[in-house]
Amino acid sequence: MNPLARTLVWRGLITALYVFLLAPIIVVACVSFDTRPYLDFPPRSLSLGSYAGVVRNHVFFEAMLTSMLIGAIAATCSVVLGTMASFGLVRGRFRGRAVFAWFFLSPMLAPHIVLAVGLMMTLQPLGLLNTLSGLVLAHIGITLPYTVRIVSMGLSRIDPAWEEAARVHGASGGKVLWHVTLPVLRPNMLAAGMIAFLISFDEAVIALFIAGRHATTLPLAIYEYIQFRTDPQVAALSVIVIVVSLLPIIVIERSISLRRAVGS
Amino acid sequence: MTTRLMHRMLLLPGLVALVVTFCLPVAWLLHMSFMPEPDSPPGHAAISFHAYAQVLEDGFYWWVVWQTVRIGLVVTCLTVPLSFPIALFLSRSTSPWRGTLAALAVAPLLTSTVIRTYGWMVILGRHGLINRTLLGLGVLSMPVRLDNGTFATIVALVEILMPYAIISILGGMGRLTVELEQAAALLGAPLWKVFMRITVPLALPGLLTASLLVFVLSISSLVTPQLMGGGRVFVLSTEIFSQTTQALNWPLAGALSTLLLALFGSVIVLYQRAARRLEDPA
Repeated sequence: MNPLARTLVWRGLITALYVFLLAPIIVVACVSFDTRPYLDFPPRSLSLGSYAGVVRNHVFFEAMLTSMLIGAIAATCSVVLGTMASFGLVRGRFRGRAVFAWFFLSPMLAPHIVLAVGLMMTLQPLGLLNTLSGLVLAHIGITLPYTVRIVSMGLSRIDPAWEEAARVHGASGGKVLWHVTLPVLRPNMLAAGMIAFLISFDEAVIALFIAGRHATTLPLAIYEYIQFRTDPQVAALSVIVIVVSLLPIIVIERSISLRRAVGS
Repeated sequence: MTTRLMHRMLLLPGLVALVVTFCLPVAWLLHMSFMPEPDSPPGHAAISFHAYAQVLEDGFYWWVVWQTVRIGLVVTCLTVPLSFPIALFLSRSTSPWRGTLAALAVAPLLTSTVIRTYGWMVILGRHGLINRTLLGLGVLSMPVRLDNGTFATIVALVEILMPYAIISILGGMGRLTVELEQAAALLGAPLWKVFMRITVPLALPGLLTASLLVFVLSISSLVTPQLMGGGRVFVLSTEIFSQTTQALNWPLAGALSTLLLALFGSVIVLYQRAARRLEDPA
């Protein structure tokens, strides 16, 4: 095979794989502008009717607000707890530090389905099933490993000389933290918060077990809807969700790069 | 207060959160799996192996475990080879679009599994993209059932898990450089030989991590088999879900979850053995 043909085959393969990878998202976007209850290519009529339908749909609207609220609270708590723990883990010089570090990351390895069953059994006697607090608590748990890892990553890269310099010039411990350490750490804390928000916003398995009529998250509302129907309204909603998720994704990519945020 | 103590105090709130949301649920789950069956008279026995006996005696659950492992293996064997070219491409590309393309390969990870599964329902459905196209081209005279089954579950899972595999493979390609491949090619090795003798062996750590991750995520996935399976795909996770929420047999759900955890644990141990052998072949 000559080099030109080889390049063409290679490019074709990569393009095909990208099409496969992005197919469901592209298809959902196309259907969202169609008015008929099934997909046909090319869409014969384009309209924003499905989007108007989503806005008028109370179930979707409330679920969207619930999900955003849960995501915001869980992400904030997770970043605060995660940053505190990162200082302890990265700066601390006590015995068993490695064990603690491992423990903080271990929930990443636990299958969500198993966690979900356990959480359901734990939250039920506490009366936290089917409540916002229960969902926030669960989401802090599943996002904490990510925030600890991302903030620790930033903290271990800080040159101690910077803090030393500030201290030599007479800054107090609190001032060093506020004016030197935390500003340097800001991209990582921001990315950690965004990842935590996205994980919470997209989480469906745990919600299937511990959420209910009184506290329905958006993925759960979509799940329940598409069990029976696959009309364009849910496609329009999906596009809205993807657009909402896009902003955090861009922030993460700009601050510490997506690959480092989600990768191992 | 000494700094040493302060550093330990900083861990405390996070530890409490993890104990409540992680340790306690797992412990409670194990405890629950040793409870007697739900409709037995109360105060009978403190600890019962009834749920485990039920799982071991019923041929159906053996079949469910086999289905879970089989789907996991098929998904892994498809996902990793399909992700490898994208990872290779991203690690070598010098195009100005490289950053965007890398983000595009990873971003699906951050869009809801429910939405991507819905996308596959639309593509594979009875009136979906594939059926309509094939009917329109005259290849088919009747729509074929692509959705509602193992096939649809596998296709959707492969696509959903590809970003994880791409990231893992990229992360494990440290020792692999284009120069090594060029050297082999200069010495006269044909393309396939360069690929099999240089590219694959050097990417092996990443490929191994990707396989572990994809297998583990696919055997514990619930949303995709539940929605794509149309009630006809029986894996451990769907069985756990129906036992918890419909049959309300929590001991049985606990026992099945423990089984899934055991499966998880053994795969991770196998992976660590393989990874160690890879690093130290002696």
